[in-house]
Amino acid sequence: MSTTLEKYVREKLEKKEILLMTHVICGYPSFEDNYKELKIMAEAGVDLVELQFPFSEPSADGPLFVKANQISLENGTTVDQCFDFLEKISKEFPFKTMMMGYYNTAYKLGEEKYIERLKAAGAFGFILPDLPIEEAGPLHTFAEENDQAPIMLMTPTNTQERLNSIGSNAEGLVYAVARKGVTGKKTAMDDEVGEFLLRCREATDLPLGVGFGLSCKDDLDYLKGKADIAIIGTAALRAWEEGQEEGLRTFFKNLTA
Amino acid sequence: MGLFDFEDGKEGYYGEFGGSFLPEILTSTVNELRDCFYDCKDDPSFWNEFVELMHNYSGRPTPVTHLKNLSEKLGGAQIFAKREDLNHTGSHKVNNVMGQGLLCKRLGKTRVIAETGAGQHGFATATMSARMGFDCTIYMGAVDVARQRPNVFWMENLGATVVAVEDGQKTLKDAINECLRDWVTNMSTTHYALGTACGPHPFPEIVSYFQRIIGVEARDQFKALTGKLPDKVFACVGGGSNAMGLFQGFIEDDGVELVASEAGGSGPGLGQHAARLAYDDATIGVAQGYKTYFIQNDDGNMQDTHSVAAGLDYVGVSPILAHLKKTGRVRFEAATDKEVSETLRLVMSTEGLIPALESTHGFVAACREAATMDKSQSVLVNMSGRGDKDIFTVADALIDEHWKQFIRNKADEYDA
Ligand SMILES: Cc1ncc(COP(=O)(O)O)c(C=O)c1O
Repeated sequence: MSTTLEKYVREKLEKKEILLMTHVICGYPSFEDNYKELKIMAEAGVDLVELQFPFSEPSADGPLFVKANQISLENGTTVDQCFDFLEKISKEFPFKTMMMGYYNTAYKLGEEKYIERLKAAGAFGFILPDLPIEEAGPLHTFAEENDQAPIMLMTPTNTQERLNSIGSNAEGLVYAVARKGVTGKKTAMDDEVGEFLLRCREATDLPLGVGFGLSCKDDLDYLKGKADIAIIGTAALRAWEEGQEEGLRTFFKNLTA
Repeated sequence: MGLFDFEDGKEGYYGEFGGSFLPEILTSTVNELRDCFYDCKDDPSFWNEFVELMHNYSGRPTPVTHLKNLSEKLGGAQIFAKREDLNHTGSHKVNNVMGQGLLCKRLGKTRVIAETGAGQHGFATATMSARMGFDCTIYMGAVDVARQRPNVFWMENLGATVVAVEDGQKTLKDAINECLRDWVTNMSTTHYALGTACGPHPFPEIVSYFQRIIGVEARDQFKALTGKLPDKVFACVGGGSNAMGLFQGFIEDDGVELVASEAGGSGPGLGQHAARLAYDDATIGVAQGYKTYFIQNDDGNMQDTHSVAAGLDYVGVSPILAHLKKTGRVRFEAATDKEVSETLRLVMSTEGLIPALESTHGFVAACREAATMDKSQSVLVNMSGRGDKDIFTVADALIDEHWKQFIRNKADEYDA
């Protein structure tokens, strides 16, 4: 049985060649600013949003996101506040939302409660990059019962066999990581990425999102026909840092021109 | 069943602790490391190669010394020390590092990265890299760079690049995060030589495997010296590598009690210490790739730790030791900063030994308990490293006016 998230993506894809998914870190610079960012993203036609719950050990993130996690926590951001905010934006905006974060947030809450709270807040999935398939069994069972899609990452260093296992454990959509490294650095969209995406396609029938280092319209154009969703992370936060609301609006205008 | 005979589907687990929680991009690298390590472990000539290297390069076997004066002064059990301070580079860290250097060669990698707290692991890694011909980058929290300058000096002069990590608490845990970030980028050329019995599987097992040389030697030496086994064995615990090293030699000896000593800092209370298992402030969580007790809040975010010893100032603890505590095989105690400076003075003045601040935590627990034991009993404490590197910190703790004047004069000299 396919998840609501998958159905939503497929419906959208009937009208749009490539969907847009964006990333916001809760409480950085502040929840008010997050709200402003999300409003601009909604206006720009963003289809999916991953809301990152800040964590003290963001070891898969690059410098800008590390700083954002840290400052958000220093400002006192709590998990409760993140769920409240998730609920608010899931209600108010047309895009669908997912939680993104590190596994300890779910573990400390209790896996069952974590999933229940995601559902109650109106999310449709979650991304926990430090939870490998070997450890994900019980959480995925709760997720399935509550229509929360566990979004799994496929990476260029994986063997085809491993990609296939990830594919068979995934729901909703698959997040293809375009390159090695942490978030934040630009990725050259070239044959290497194209070949990797073909390998991902072989491993799953789910919609395919591509993220890590996407920053401009050319990247999106390259991905059309090769993937279903372009995932924009650091580039949007950088646009906000450099030019606030105007900067972010311009960024999306250029991206979707 | 041995600690490392994992049940089906529970590879890398010690009871409920351990596992491997890493970004997917590292899966193939970690699998490659694990396979290479298991090949080596199954090959008897590998252990011999390692032991020979340690004999030739690091002065092993390190002796066990009877601390007669200290024992007499305390009036209880006979105290013995396993002298890991006599290793090349001055601590037990070199055991694991040379072993991982051999692994790195077998993996065909050309670059090594490592985190370091006290700087001992970084120093040992820089030494190994110089000897074996690897490029070397050491990540070290900016706070630790500031308090362990002598080790930074040697690492840099041995050819390593030392990166001061400015994120988070700017200590050991942040250096580990930075290593993981480097590794997810450069894994094809780079081996991550993790320095303690923590982190994702197979690191706790690999590090324990090489450090086991301490316990293997110590058991034989102790028996040769005294004709029996010690009643209690003590070791300090940062991540847990020197403790796992010594404890493995005695783990099958039911009559030998194993006692771990953590950093009590300024005493119980979140933010005051780094005692994950001796005090009640830590809870189970998953971070830095593994499941164990962490000093964290209810949201699962790590909290500040404190210790006078940089090498013990860490939020997590070896999953193997968390398990051995749970099964009752290892007892956990804590030593406060204050006790550490008192005991350091005592050991220096009675025995002419200068244990590292980290190692002194083991001595605190050993002295405390030896004093209440019978003269016919004996205890063995791991002197995991020597204290020269701590001269700045110790001089401060002992409020040494002559040292301060020396530093002032030096500063004037540089300014002139
Ligand atoms: C001399 C010495 N002893 C002990 C430790 C603590 O580490 P572990 O618990 O891994 O032995 C350190 C760490 O830097 C150290 O330098």
